[in-house]
Amino acid sequence: MSEHNHEPVPYRTFILIWCALLVLTVITIAVSRVHLGALNIWVALGVASIKSSLVIFVFMHLRQESKLFKIGLTTMLVILAIFIGLTFTDVLYR
Amino acid sequence: MSIEHRDDTGDRFGMWLFLYTEVILFSGLFILYAVSLSKFPEQFSEASHKLNIYFGTINTLVLLTSSLTIALALSALQMGRKKQCLILCWTTIGLAIVFLINKYFEWSAEIGHGIYPGSEQLAEMGPGVAAFFNLYYFTAGLHGLHVFIGATLIAVVAVMTAKDKVTSERFTLLENSALYWHLVDLVWIFVFPLYYLIL
Amino acid sequence: MSKSTTYTGFWQESPRPGILGWLLTTDHKRIGIMYLCCIIATFIVGACLGLAIRLELIAPGRTIMDAQTYNATFTLHGILMIFMFLIPSIPAAFGNLLLPIHIGARDVSFPKLNLLSWYCYMIGALLAVLAIFSGGGTPDTGWTFYVPFSTQTTTNVSMAAFAAFMLGFSSILTGINFVTTVHRLRCKGMTWGRMPLFVWTLYATAWIQVLATPMIGITLVLIILERVFGAGLFDAARGGDPVLYQHLFWIYSHPAVYIMILPGMGVISEVIPTFARKPLFGYWAMALSSLAIAFAGSLVWAHHMYASGMSDFAILVFSFLTFIVAIPSAIKVFNWVSTLYKGSIELAPPMLFALAFIFNFAIGGLGGLALGAAASDIHLHDTTFVVGHFHYVMFGGGGFALFAAMHYWLPKFTGRMYNHKTAMIAWGLLFVGFNITYMAMQAVGIMGMPRRYNDYVPEFTTLNMVSTVGSWVMAIGLIIMFVNLWQGLRRGRPIGMNPWGAATLEWTIPSPPPLENFGVEDPVVTKGPYEFKGVVADEY
Repeated sequence: MSEHNHEPVPYRTFILIWCALLVLTVITIAVSRVHLGALNIWVALGVASIKSSLVIFVFMHLRQESKLFKIGLTTMLVILAIFIGLTFTDVLYR
Repeated sequence: MSIEHRDDTGDRFGMWLFLYTEVILFSGLFILYAVSLSKFPEQFSEASHKLNIYFGTINTLVLLTSSLTIALALSALQMGRKKQCLILCWTTIGLAIVFLINKYFEWSAEIGHGIYPGSEQLAEMGPGVAAFFNLYYFTAGLHGLHVFIGATLIAVVAVMTAKDKVTSERFTLLENSALYWHLVDLVWIFVFPLYYLIL
Repeated sequence: MSKSTTYTGFWQESPRPGILGWLLTTDHKRIGIMYLCCIIATFIVGACLGLAIRLELIAPGRTIMDAQTYNATFTLHGILMIFMFLIPSIPAAFGNLLLPIHIGARDVSFPKLNLLSWYCYMIGALLAVLAIFSGGGTPDTGWTFYVPFSTQTTTNVSMAAFAAFMLGFSSILTGINFVTTVHRLRCKGMTWGRMPLFVWTLYATAWIQVLATPMIGITLVLIILERVFGAGLFDAARGGDPVLYQHLFWIYSHPAVYIMILPGMGVISEVIPTFARKPLFGYWAMALSSLAIAFAGSLVWAHHMYASGMSDFAILVFSFLTFIVAIPSAIKVFNWVSTLYKGSIELAPPMLFALAFIFNFAIGGLGGLALGAAASDIHLHDTTFVVGHFHYVMFGGGGFALFAAMHYWLPKFTGRMYNHKTAMIAWGLLFVGFNITYMAMQAVGIMGMPRRYNDYVPEFTTLNMVSTVGSWVMAIGLIIMFVNLWQGLRRGRPIGMNPWGAATLEWTIPSPPPLENFGVEDPVVTKGPYEFKGVVADEY
């Protein structure tokens, strides 16, 4: 009943993504040893987001799923951003 | 239930919805982290240096690899390679056990030094350091619980696959267990730099 | 009036006979009935606690209980009414009964998960009862569990928090089920634009259940961890922030009030067209405003926190956002009234409750604006005006919507009709008693009476006495209502498929419905949910 399952993702794809994840891990450790001040946390979050995207889109097959799945994920991320962002309108401005 | 109805896409969609709830669950702890970090930047740095970056890195590599093996396991089953699938499932579980054993040693060392939630030693180290470690233990602890649950789920599905209750035609259970496992990996992808790598 | 007390349809048809056919059922209708029984039982207990509170407040000084008991009473009243009654009530009971039928499906997407959801609810209920009788006894923190008191009090906060966690998990599972069901199981011809409004509201509510409930999950876990480890996460002296607790708490608990009201609004959107015999005015405005309420309701939580010490900037931001969420709610009120205009009005009991809903919700909503405006809130915060406001929307709105749903749909699911005259008398007492109780409460709140206090200055005596007498009138109305419905279930006149002449799918199948809802063939839908042409009501 699910169309995308007729085409299993080849091993090679997963292994390549895994290599990319290892490389990104090395990068995140290396960059974290350099003093960038306030930028450090944002770089760390940025790299983590790239790693997450690889896991989500490839390992978790999101790129083969229908638009509904992607809209669902976006909705959750928007709500999360709102929760965090609006909390900071308090915390940052006390 | 009166009618046998099968909806693999619906099953996967339901699993994704459940994963969103897990993300929001952890986000509460990350919000507390973000606020504390903005209040105590130097103490967070000091506290982060007390964490063992080697344990953290090894555990990161272990989890990333376990994500690979479970993803491969699903492809294996879809390609009809049942034996490979089972080997990959048990490898995933093995890696999960390695992760938990590492955690056990890591935490034994820290707790041995008097660093644990509510300890007097921790309280004396300053409010920022205390906040860091409290959040670290609660976040990593909740994560570890999810590692345990995820590994158990995969074990159950592996046994069902061995018994041909999960097959190359009908593998949603494996797929959903794999999705859960990837979430466990995703949480750690953020925990690692935020706790272990602050300069 | 017939004598028989056995029901047909899904009451008899089950894969398993006897009690196991209920305890192990995956039939959404049986699960809905089980939920309905539980929430009514919870409501009765919660209402008795409420009456006890009012009795204590009939005169200054101690009347029937000491201060500690009073704190425990209003805490338990809040926990039961919010977590165990209102949040599950319409979605879990009537949502389960009707959602699949409304979209032409045989069941929800995950029937076994549905049963698990009910068991999580029962475990939560059991833990709540245990919290009363174990540890340090009933929590005395208020249902909001604010720190630092909740982490320090010796009452059984941990058990109560765990109970709320299980109830929340039940809610999450229901939400996952309903979102998936609406996307995946609509029958042929059931486009998004032909779904009943009740489904739209259940769908919007389900998204809130999925995305907001986990936040209370982690908050409750943190309370328990604080009590166990004493880490100091919310203790300013140890690097924590007590206001952050309030943020985490209200990030869920504000959207929770929309979980409590949105399905109720859906019920009203079903009842009014039927008894005005006219299509709902502004279908797409009603559908989209449901989604808008769900979204906007997630942006406003800190309007509970204007007096907490948070930043002025946050106060401004949240006050502004709070005004915005009033807009889609107002759209609904205007559209219900517009549906009535030039309609053929029948004042059957469900309609009376629906009209009362509009009245009560409007008053409650206006009070909400007075509270949402930061300047006036500073005066009104933590007074009984707040208590009056939320009872107007949650009880006068959500509660009355539940009563409307009961009067509208219980005949469908039992095949029997209650006495209309008695229902109307009950409604009258309930409506009048309700308004006396809570209007007096709002008045004395503006005068300055604090909430959660068991005593007050002599100037407030008259209004408090009026409020308490109002609660007695309400109680009599409730008793008559429940007895009448019960009599109707046991000995009411049998009805046909469509006693109200309504146009949604449940009225095209027998009363009570059979196990598989629509028989062997899935229905095919060719018209909208409020097209009354050619629909004939069955006499009863």
